[in-house]
Amino acid sequence: MAVGAAPPTSRFPAVSRGRVLWTAGGIAVLALTVRELVAAPAVFVTTVLDGLTTAGLYFLVASGFTLIFGLLRVTNLAHGSFYLAGGYVGYSLREATGNWFLALAGAAVAVALLGLLFQLTVLRLVGGDPLRESLVTIGLSVVVADMTLAVWGGSSLDITIPPFLGSTIEVHGLIYSRFRLALLGLALLVGFGLWVLLHRTRLGMTIRAGVDDPLILATSGVNVPLVLSFVFGLGSLMAGLAGVAGGSYLSLSQGEDARYLLVSLLVVIVGGLGSVPGAVVGSVVVGLVQAFAQVHLPTYSVLVTFGVMIVILAVRPRGVLGGAE
Amino acid sequence: MLHRMVLPALTAIALAVSGCGASTGGKDSGGGGIAGAANGSGAAGDGVLKIGLLSTLDGPFAALGQAANDGAKLALLDAGAQRSGTGYRDGMTGLTIGGQKVELVVESSDATPDVALAAARRLVEKDGVDILVGPLGGDEGLAVKGYAKQHPEVTFVNGTSAAQNTTLRDPAANFFRFTTDGTQWMAGLGAYTVNTLHYKRVVTVAEDYSFPYDQVGGFMTPFCGAGGHVPKKVWVPLGTKDFSSFISSIPKDIDALYVALGGTDALNFVKQLDESSLKGTPIVGGSITVDGAVINGLGKRADGIVSAGPVAALDTVQYRDYAAKLKATFPQAGPPGLFDIGYYIEMTALLKALTEVKGKVDDGHKALNAALAKLTLDTPIGPVRLDQNRQAIANNYLFQVRDGQSALIQTIPDVNQTLGLDRAAFVAQPANDRDHPSCP
Repeated sequence: MAVGAAPPTSRFPAVSRGRVLWTAGGIAVLALTVRELVAAPAVFVTTVLDGLTTAGLYFLVASGFTLIFGLLRVTNLAHGSFYLAGGYVGYSLREATGNWFLALAGAAVAVALLGLLFQLTVLRLVGGDPLRESLVTIGLSVVVADMTLAVWGGSSLDITIPPFLGSTIEVHGLIYSRFRLALLGLALLVGFGLWVLLHRTRLGMTIRAGVDDPLILATSGVNVPLVLSFVFGLGSLMAGLAGVAGGSYLSLSQGEDARYLLVSLLVVIVGGLGSVPGAVVGSVVVGLVQAFAQVHLPTYSVLVTFGVMIVILAVRPRGVLGGAE
Repeated sequence: MLHRMVLPALTAIALAVSGCGASTGGKDSGGGGIAGAANGSGAAGDGVLKIGLLSTLDGPFAALGQAANDGAKLALLDAGAQRSGTGYRDGMTGLTIGGQKVELVVESSDATPDVALAAARRLVEKDGVDILVGPLGGDEGLAVKGYAKQHPEVTFVNGTSAAQNTTLRDPAANFFRFTTDGTQWMAGLGAYTVNTLHYKRVVTVAEDYSFPYDQVGGFMTPFCGAGGHVPKKVWVPLGTKDFSSFISSIPKDIDALYVALGGTDALNFVKQLDESSLKGTPIVGGSITVDGAVINGLGKRADGIVSAGPVAALDTVQYRDYAAKLKATFPQAGPPGLFDIGYYIEMTALLKALTEVKGKVDDGHKALNAALAKLTLDTPIGPVRLDQNRQAIANNYLFQVRDGQSALIQTIPDVNQTLGLDRAAFVAQPANDRDHPSCP
């Protein structure tokens, strides 16, 4: 890009700092991959699968977060609580009906309604002031934490996995959990669904227009408040869905809300705030980095994961796929 | 625009997350300030013997603190005191030793060392207690030991805190521990793993903080000594739920896994283990790994898991009496466990020593400390006496899950803090941590 503007005195064409860093990063990743493949191919494949399935769960949580941010410009600090609430509601539905898919759908709808109610009754009143919006979402997260503690208690709960997903599959001596692969499939399905919604429907067009310029959208006759509520409900639905999916193999307990809020923030900051493709990139990067860090540097895995965030922010302050302001 | 939104968000997260870190490094220093000059501390000769009780009634370990307080109060009820109320934070009165009224004051922490230290300071410097019983957790114990050194005019009796270095290295002269430490809790397991189970290559999986360091150390010291090898130690961050990547880093050519994780985490771990190519690998467990929930959750898979710990349902008069009294006095309490029995033993020891010296503490606690140091007890979990560092020498027990029940399979009598090894050599070794001991 800057090649044409290189001063004539220089013997080398000018290269942007970003491109050097990306190339260096790419070579490092490639070198590590080759080394891993040669040293222990089975471990490498398992770790990649771990990273991708973790990324699937992270995407389910973070896509809702990024949707809400993209359109409403609200950092929804209750997003982790929606995850937790979804998991607990899913647990009760699973216990009551015995049907895991009913639990998944029911919990997602229940959390979507909770989100919608909150958006309509509270968030609308403080709309436009980021600080007050953040504060009321923190308030909601505290309320949800105490309510779930009162109803479901403090000990960990497990949502029972449907039997046909509970076993493992074996390919060439490599054993892997069916449920985790199914989770990855669910994430791909949801990602595809979101893509169709955003890029192939009129509603999606409206949402994208709202992300780019809410003011112009409003002047063109669209009922913007209605679209905002819809998106908030949709984002909450995704969190509820993720809660059941995650709670089925990682168990549910108090404190998970803060963990998944942090994960959502990490993913969307790496990928680019407000961008759904960014959430895909962010969750894959975070999932893979975390998986490999846990294998090679278990003690510092958290540090490595956040270190990647720092590096990416240094090179691209708006995240990998973050657009201009 | 963006900065203005992300900044408050991150601040809030920092606040939310900072409340979750259950374990920080052991803080050895006391509160600072003018040590010992506080008002009313060591209020000897005022006709009242004040005992401070410190456990964790707040935070994630609140249920353990409730059990602890039941145990401590049961010991006082045994001696003739009465409860001022039925709440966990209610004190006790009504007992007289050597013409002095005995009064119990209750304080609580949330299992973090700084909060435990603040609670200890309130008890000693504000309430003016003569004796402090507690705390519950290992890192808390290290903090309170440091504080004990600044207050020689107060006697400190442990609760259930089990960090090795509270008494092994650089002990406080006025700190007494009638319960065993996290390393002693593993006594017998390492040798049994090699000699009886014939597992020679074992990988350890444990959370990355002080208590599991001591548990792994207690397992490995005799295990390595008997010819076992630990080719890799996996330390997972506290609060890990997804163990899959850690599991894929475990070498395949091993005989068994040693797992020191808390109840539900152990359940998650074994489930995920059985979804990997290490499916069915035998498990050897830490002291808090194999509980009822894990046995139920694992079903048949739990059968055969061997673990070790200081509390067993013994067929002795002392145990049966204790279990019956606990049930009768505190109907809401569970079956006897580590925390109620631990606090019961510590409080019983203290009351016995106080009775021996007829409540005399106006000599700078000299007589009381001497009586505590040479005290012997027949507790519900076996005989206890102290070593030269005022640390308990007591029995430890080996368990195996059989038909969905944890069965007692072996008693290791009189386990001392150096696990029977030469004291000087044992203390000269590096303290238990991520890298020590080691036998790859």
